[in-house]
Order: sequence, then C-alpha cells, then structure tokens
Amino acid sequence: MKKKYDIEVDCANCANKMEEAAKKTNGVKNAIVNFMALKMEVEFEEGADHKSIMKDVLANCKKVEDDCEIYI
Amino acid sequence: MNKKQKKALRNIIIAIVLLAAIKLSERFIAYEELINGSFPTGRVILFFLYMIPYLAVGYEILRKALKGIKNRQVFDENFLMAVATLGAIAVALIYNGDYTEAVAVMLFYQIGELFQSIAVGKSRKNISDLMDIRPDYANIERDGKLEQVDPDEVEIGSVIVVRPGEKIPIDGVVVEGVSSLNTAALTGESVPLDVSETDNVISGCVNISGVLKIQTTKEFGESTASKVLDLVENAASRKSKSENFISKFAKYYTPVVCYSALALAILPPVILLITGNDANFGQWIYRALTFLVISCPCALVISIPLSFFAGLGGASEAGILIKGSNYLEALASTGYVVFDKTGTLTKGVFEVCETVPADPEMTKEQLVEYAAMAEMDSNHPISLSLKKAYAKEIDRDRVNDVTEISGHGISALVDGKRVLAGNIKLMRKFGLNVPEDLKETGTVVYVAVDDRFAGYIIISDVVKEGAKEAISLLHNDGVSGTVMLTGDSDRVAKKVAGLLGIKEVYSELLPADKVTKVEEILKKKNSAQKVAFVGDGINDAPVLSRADIGIAMGALGSDAAIEAADIVLMDDDPRKISKAIRIARKCMRIVYENTIFAIGVKIICLILGAVGIANMWVAIFADVGVMVIAVINAIRALFVKKL
Repeated sequence: MKKKYDIEVDCANCANKMEEAAKKTNGVKNAIVNFMALKMEVEFEEGADHKSIMKDVLANCKKVEDDCEIYI
Repeated sequence: MNKKQKKALRNIIIAIVLLAAIKLSERFIAYEELINGSFPTGRVILFFLYMIPYLAVGYEILRKALKGIKNRQVFDENFLMAVATLGAIAVALIYNGDYTEAVAVMLFYQIGELFQSIAVGKSRKNISDLMDIRPDYANIERDGKLEQVDPDEVEIGSVIVVRPGEKIPIDGVVVEGVSSLNTAALTGESVPLDVSETDNVISGCVNISGVLKIQTTKEFGESTASKVLDLVENAASRKSKSENFISKFAKYYTPVVCYSALALAILPPVILLITGNDANFGQWIYRALTFLVISCPCALVISIPLSFFAGLGGASEAGILIKGSNYLEALASTGYVVFDKTGTLTKGVFEVCETVPADPEMTKEQLVEYAAMAEMDSNHPISLSLKKAYAKEIDRDRVNDVTEISGHGISALVDGKRVLAGNIKLMRKFGLNVPEDLKETGTVVYVAVDDRFAGYIIISDVVKEGAKEAISLLHNDGVSGTVMLTGDSDRVAKKVAGLLGIKEVYSELLPADKVTKVEEILKKKNSAQKVAFVGDGINDAPVLSRADIGIAMGALGSDAAIEAADIVLMDDDPRKISKAIRIARKCMRIVYENTIFAIGVKIICLILGAVGIANMWVAIFADVGVMVIAVINAIRALFVKKL
C-alpha cells in the first residue's frame, strides 16, 4: 500500500535525510521524499498498520531533522 | 514570506544593526586599552558585546547542532556552522583576534539560508500556479438552486453547472449551453476551444463565455485534471542520475571535509612541533575552521533538484508533461526519434485531398456533391470524409434508389441521374473506361453519372501542419536520425516520408513488428544516445514502454497513453518534441553548470584555505555566495518560452 503525505522541511539535504530515516523505519518498504513538492510517499509492508508506522516514521525523521513535520 | 522566514529576517536585521553599532563604538572607545591591573576588562566587554549579535543570529543553529549531537547526527550543516563559528570565537579569544569573522560567518550563513528558502518557495509557487488546474468545487443544481459540492462527491452521470470564469472540475459531455474554453493550463495553447452540446470536455479547462451544463462521464479522481496533477506531483519523485549522484556525493563529501579539517588542525602543527618549529596552533585551527565553512554541500543539494523541478515546471507550462527528472535527463541526449505515422505525423483522419473531374462540364463541387449524395447513408470513413467535404446538409429528397454493391461501391439516383460511386471494380462492372494506376497514395473514389465516367476523388490521411517543420527542427537540434514506422502501405509511407524529409521508413508493420524495429534501433545506436518513440497512444503502448523515452501526443483524455508514456504532449503538435528536447538540454546544461561551478569553487577554496591564502570571508563566499548563484541559475530552467 502506498500513501502520500504533506511534509514540511527547510532544506533539500534535510529532505534526503528524512527519506533515509523513513526508509529505515520498520514496516516501511520504501519511501520517497519530494522536497520540491513537499510530499512524502510511503510504501508500507503488506498488512502493516500505516497509522502507527507513520508515528514511528515521524519520530525517526525528527531525530535526523528536528525542524521537520509530516502531516499524518 | 512565511512565519519562519520573517523571524529569520528579523534576527538578521537585529544582528546587522548590533554589529554596526559595536563597530561604530569601537571608533570612540579604545576597548583594547581598558585594562584593570592584569585583567583585560576591555576584551571581556568586547567579547560579550559581540556575543549579542552572534547569538541573535546563531541561537537556532546552536540549538539544532546540540540536538543533532544528541541524536547522533553529527555531520549536518548546523553542526558544521556551530563548530566553525565557536572555533573562530575561541581562536579570537585566545589569540586576541577579531570576533567579527565569527559573527559574519553566522550572519551570512543565515542570509543564505533565508534567500534559499525564499527562492525555493517562490519557484514552488510559480510552478504550482502554472499547474493551477485543481478545481475546488463543482456546482450541482438542486431544487433550482446552485450548490457547491466537493468534486470528489459527484457521481458519474450527474449534471454539473460550470459558469463563466470557473474551471471544469470533472470530465464529461456538454448537455446544454455553448461556450469557449481556455485550455492553456493543460495544453499551453492560447486559442480558445469552442464547445457546444454533445461535445466532450475535459476537466482543468476554464470556461470563458457561456454557462455550460455538463453530464460527468468520470469520477473526479479519474478525470484529466486529477490525472495530470498526479503526474506532475509524482514527477520529481523519479530521480535522475544527476540527483542521485549529488545525494551520494553529499553523503560522503561532508564527512570527508570534516575529517580533513580535523587533520589540518592537528597534523601540521604536530609535525612542526616534532621538527622543532613553532607549532602555531591558532593559525592551523583557523584554516581548519575555514574548511568547515566551505564544506557545507547546500549549493549542490539544493540547486540540482531545483533545476530539474524548474525544468519540469517550464515544460508543463508549454504543454509537455514529463513524468520524472530521469526522463528529462534522457531526453537531453535523444539520438533517434522514431515516429508512428498515423495520428502522429498525419492527422489520422481521412480527408478529400484531390478532386479530378474527367468531364469538362463537371465542376469539382458537383463531383463531390454527387459522391456525397450517393454515399449519404453510409458510415464508412470514406463516406464520412466525402460528406465532410460537401459541407452542406444533404437534401434527402434528391436521392432515391440507393443500393450498395458490396465490395464495389454504391449506385443511387441523384436528381434523377444514375450515379455510381466506388472503386475501380465498380467502374469495370458497368463497363466504364477509367484511367488505371493513378499512382496516387490514397483511396480513390471513382464517380460515374448517367453511365459516363465523371471523375475521381482522392481521399487520404493528411500530413499534420507543422510535421515537416518538426522533423527539420529535430535535425537542426542534432538528432542523428528520424525514423517512421507505419502499418500503412509502402507507397503511402514513402510519400509521407518524402514530404516530411524522413530518410528511414519501415512500412506494412504489425504492432509487434514496431517493437522489433525499435529494438533494432536500440541495438544500432551508440550507448550515449537515447531512442524516443512518438505515438498517439492508440495500440502502441508496448512500443512506448520499450523505447528509452515514450512520448504520447494529443493524449489528453486517453488514460492508456498517459499510463504508458514517459512524456505526454498535451496537444498534438509534433513541433513540441523538438521543444521538449531543447527544454531538457537547457535544464541539463544548468545542472552541469551548477555541479561543476559549485564543486569547482569549493575545491579551489579548500586548497586555498589549506595553504592559508583563503580566509574566512572567502569561505563564506564559497558557501553562501555559490549557493545563491547556483539557485538563481537553477531558476533559469523555468523560462522556456523562447526555446
């Protein structure tokens, strides 16, 4: 399953870091951050609960870039 | 400007004012001479004075750097800036230096960040304005009143009302009203499109003149506007090689420079110490700090995706939708353009292109009139094109006794005269003498009136306006080959190709043969060249996906084509292919310029910094200056009108 989220982040490098962090989160199969469109597309593992996973994704992103936001 | 940017601007102004005030006060107060016994009171006062603007502008950075360390994210730009400026302050404190540099580094860094944020925000807005086709609501008539509803909630088959000035929210058919539509946001075409009852309309167009009632044929999510928006939003997610290179580069570059800085701060002085010289720690630490300032990869990391984003935005303004920056990159090195003939270079509709009366008393108009009258009940494409050429309402009372002679043509009484219209077999059947082998490339309709051969009409597919120009533009662009593939007969293919100036033609191909041909071309070309296939999206999905770049044209409203193609031309002008290539090349040129410029300046400054020629000010230019220049250069990719 794929879902798209609006995000907020200031710099392109930080967006790259968010992408890395999201990819490493459990339950996430793949993630693509589009800095220009301020969107994050997350592909979840089969049968995963995307709501709880997105909380982890946000927490992991906050770790690498304090100043980011994902509108879940 | 948003809240964050305003706050940053306020801090920058405060810092500049304070810094200026301190500088001014130094003219009147000799701080250095304020010494209380052995305690340098003046220097301590100066230190605290300089710390005010420093913290005003750098507090956020220091806070983020601390957080970064806590989260084990050491090598980020905040950390670099914090270490560089705190280091500079420490050096100044110990060696009685000037604090100005540390404050200035932080100040310029913040100015650069602010500039970048505004520039990115601006281009983001520019591009989303270009693609401003997202409808906010749909009007539905309930009990004689118009009600605005969410387009998502409108079911297929509902009737929506679109007033002048409003966007058509959902694809559908006009059931009432006449109007002109502005399709510029979708096609880049500025001439309005006239629509009336029974015309299909697509979402995203703006209604200009009259009220339209439209019966929807699709859901909002499946409508053209939504599909196009989806495509554009996803475009930047397919990253190009250049973008991947940059993010890889940034990943290694920053740590490498940081460790080099550390080495620069420690190794030379230690070696100097061992060899019995003056270690001069202050100088080497200062050089190491300039390294850190230069090391920030922002210029690259921001300007490359921004260039692609602007390029994609510029292209969509011109009615060219590109599904990803990787395709933009491929497009720039297009070596071969392979065309499908029908619907791409030709209009794909039959038209009367020549009328030749055999009887001197018969005018061209009369000949067409007789043929159209005889064929009035047929829906064959040939008959339709005859009726279209006649262009008048057919007076059915003038026609009697219509019989279709299968495989031959039609016999009918028109104004009491026996008219035969059909192929050569029909003429022979009635024993009429007609010129054979006309060497014409099209379908020939022979017409006989009262058992006398009256003339013939040639009906064929016509070459699109601009098709010839499109081919010569491509050759001018330095594309090494243009190829035409068609299922049509060799004779027709050769004629069209000759007319357009295409040298390589393959005719009488089945759809599967087209894939084979494209594969042959893929093998033939050299590895740096890309093969683009241009089709109209009908029956050529396999070829579109097999070629390096699949271009579908006039594909608006055709879901299959939008799915299969990598690039979608919103209108069916073949000249847009050359334009797309030029946009791609401009964008790639900017990408290379920025890459080489940014990496080049940084490496030069790193070398100069290591040997002590470049000071902190040069380092600031290498970081912020380069970034500002690269961002401005990147935005150029948005301007594609004159290409």
